[in-house]
Amino acid sequence: MTSPASSLEIQVPKAGSWPVFGWFTLAFLVFAQWYAIATSPADRDMGDLQKILYVHVPASWIMSITFALVFVYSLLYLWKGKDSYDLLAASSAEVGATFVGLTLVQGMIWGKPTWGVWWTWDARLTSTLVLFLVFVGYLALRAFIDEPQRRGQWSAAVGVLGAINVPIVWMSVRWWRTLHQMQSTPQTMEPVYRNGLLINFLAFTLLAVYLIRRRYEAAMTARAAELALQVAALRGG
Amino acid sequence: MTRVRSQGGDHWRRIRAIAWKDLTTERRSKAGFNAVVSLGITILVLFGFALGPDAQALRDAAPGALWLAVLFAGVLAFNRSYQVELDTGALEPLLLYPGARWTIFTGKLLANMLFVGLLLVIVVVAGMVLFAVKVPDAWPTVIAVLALGAIGLVTLGTFYASMASRSRAREVLLPLLLFPMLVPVLLAAMQASKALIGADMMLEAGAWIKMLIAYDIIFVLATHLAFEHVIEA
Repeated sequence: MTSPASSLEIQVPKAGSWPVFGWFTLAFLVFAQWYAIATSPADRDMGDLQKILYVHVPASWIMSITFALVFVYSLLYLWKGKDSYDLLAASSAEVGATFVGLTLVQGMIWGKPTWGVWWTWDARLTSTLVLFLVFVGYLALRAFIDEPQRRGQWSAAVGVLGAINVPIVWMSVRWWRTLHQMQSTPQTMEPVYRNGLLINFLAFTLLAVYLIRRRYEAAMTARAAELALQVAALRGG
Repeated sequence: MTRVRSQGGDHWRRIRAIAWKDLTTERRSKAGFNAVVSLGITILVLFGFALGPDAQALRDAAPGALWLAVLFAGVLAFNRSYQVELDTGALEPLLLYPGARWTIFTGKLLANMLFVGLLLVIVVVAGMVLFAVKVPDAWPTVIAVLALGAIGLVTLGTFYASMASRSRAREVLLPLLLFPMLVPVLLAAMQASKALIGADMMLEAGAWIKMLIAYDIIFVLATHLAFEHVIEA
């Protein structure tokens, strides 16, 4: 318990040029949205409602990326035991939960005028909601545990099991729906819509990278502060 | 070769000792089991009020109500399974014993399996009476579905309880972690049971049973691998 403070200090990552990256991402996002909305003609059936495609589909894309990141970083943490992996997994989960929430809300906003209901027990909606709840459980677990080592180990285990469950949840919900009734929403995409979508995929990916990075910096700073407090307490006691 | 065998024997002895210890504690008090079973039946009665009194509606909803009753009652059992050790500070000495840590998990898993299995039998019999469900022709398959569903439920329940029971908010944390993870098990078990109680016209039960088997295998393995990390911290 008398190890020198230097070995207990955490290398807090520097912000560096990430704020610049953030402004660039914002500008690019605005451009991507403008481009997509300006170049896409109103859809024959959906009209201008179709424009929600450019925020909805990229947001759900971020959801899949962040789930994969949580899985990879959790495994790395269990393997190597480095704090940074734990906090990267947590940051990914936070950003992921935000985007899954966005995906769900955007889907509802689209669903109300299109299907006439805010919610339907469609396979994709339902599995997204379940996975959102898995994310929420992961974040709740982190919130309820104070000791960093324990929080890291436990949430890594929960993260890995949750990620393993993603395909199983997806399949089971799909079967649950399709074994009884076929529900089809044909979405053939014209090139004129596709370019706007692709550029927004990129914009949202940059945004997610930026948010995860800044959350990670904040988390590392908080972690370093926690550790400094502990060291001070040990010295004082 | 002999060494491998003796190691396997050691593991098995350890697993049995843990399971026996948990079951003996439970058998001597009985309070836990009685309370959990009573809760399961109470939940069934409440479902009756929520969905009844139309007999046909009750019969249709029976598989879902049964599984939810077992789920809600089972959650209490999982947290209890670590509670005695935590209250008496016996977990640390348990971890200090030589030998593989996963055997502790397997032992608790077996004890909980028996506990929840008994609960399931009682709740199912009570549910069939209350909801007027006839014994289906395919009853051996129904029993297989119940067993497979129980394995999935107990595996994840025991695993997550090893964390939740040692956290600040165990009452809310365990269901919050466990229920979303169990969606595939519940869907599969409910749908398979429903199909088997009916005539299974679309031959759905087979697909669901395969999914249950896959789920059970995946999570029994994954939880055993992860337990070492979880119990140490």
